[in-house]
Amino acid sequence: MKKLNHDQMAARIARDIPEGAYVNLGIGMPTLVANHLPKDREVILHSENGVLGMGSAPPAGAEDPDLINAGKQPVTLLPGGAYFHHADSFGMMRGGHVDICVMGAFQVSVRGDLANWHSGSPDAIPAVGGAMDLAIGAKQVFVMMDLLTKKGESKLVERCTYPLTGIGCISRVYTDVAVIDITPGGPRVVETVEGLEIEELERITGLEFGAARLA
Amino acid sequence: MINKCIATIEEAVADIRDGSTVMIGGFGTAGMPFELIDALISHGASDLTVISNNAGNGDTGLAALLKAGFVRKMICSFPRQVDSYVFDELYRSGRIELELVPQGNLAERIRAAGAGIGAFFTPTGFGTILAEGKETRNISGRDYVLEYPIYADVALIKARAADRWGNLVYHETARNFGPIMATAAHCTIVQVDKIVELGGLDPESIVTPGIFVQRVVEVQGRSREFGHAAGASA
Repeated sequence: MKKLNHDQMAARIARDIPEGAYVNLGIGMPTLVANHLPKDREVILHSENGVLGMGSAPPAGAEDPDLINAGKQPVTLLPGGAYFHHADSFGMMRGGHVDICVMGAFQVSVRGDLANWHSGSPDAIPAVGGAMDLAIGAKQVFVMMDLLTKKGESKLVERCTYPLTGIGCISRVYTDVAVIDITPGGPRVVETVEGLEIEELERITGLEFGAARLA
Repeated sequence: MINKCIATIEEAVADIRDGSTVMIGGFGTAGMPFELIDALISHGASDLTVISNNAGNGDTGLAALLKAGFVRKMICSFPRQVDSYVFDELYRSGRIELELVPQGNLAERIRAAGAGIGAFFTPTGFGTILAEGKETRNISGRDYVLEYPIYADVALIKARAADRWGNLVYHETARNFGPIMATAAHCTIVQVDKIVELGGLDPESIVTPGIFVQRVVEVQGRSREFGHAAGASA
């Protein structure tokens, strides 16, 4: 089986983001998706700290401390971009105005529950940021994650054991070996990497995906 | 004549009392009113409850206020960052209380305070440990959590320019929590890069109308270089 690397996963997700979409890319791995959006496709990136029309990182030396993204890294503003305050920014999410959000995850359940903010470890300092708002706000919430943990445990699970971020909020999971839709009837495999059969995916995850592969 | 301009930054914070609830603008260091915080530290009010998105970066700004030992409780969404070691140490040693609030709920609770809303139902956080013990309701098939406003005695925020009536314009993403915090505090104190003549701000572009602002102080901007390490944080 030929696993996708993170850039290939990002490119795969970018293919599913249509012209005209308002998109929020979560911090960490999902920010890679921006690098793979075709130049001829207009997609408007939202950042929780009050930007629509966010552009790429500025060249070295041109960083502006007042113009940053959710990960507090320097960014730029595209022509047509706009700034707004935090209540408006989160109103855009909660109010269902953002079309797609891509987030990382510790775990996703077969019912679309998401756990991505807290390891649950008693000595961890909890920090949630905008994760809970993004999870329940965007019209479609995609997860981008490796299917397995470093220990080889499936992150797609029957039931999340980590503290939840949101309930039933995930539409689709993009992993390094398969793309899986979360449907009312359970998880359905959209595609797998070459050399991976659904039976093997079921064995790795301990989950059932239903008979048919989605078109 | 109305004149909200205060001559010195020390004067602007001189009446902040021990035990006050203080909102501090900023997202990371963007929009953080460093000079107002420094003045608050010199002033020495203690036992503060601070509301801010993060819990300080490095040793400056909010982190310096925490380090001075003046903060009893933090209400924020994202305390843990790569350079939040001052907060981390206080938290791990049990010397500071933390109320963790999802960022959109934090923003909306502040907005609600400023807009006279008694409480509101929000879908954010439903079914999570951050909603434990809170009242919930199913409205039209969707589950919501009841959240209450957050008021403050004082808001310390940063803007780009003001006039003597307290009208404000901001700069890029340094705007973040400024406009809503300004509405939610009894006394909103703003540091600006520049005070302009009345009429010098385009009325179509004023972001915070002066009704929400009590004091304005001009601060010569510190170095605007991108000086802080970017951390994986929200």
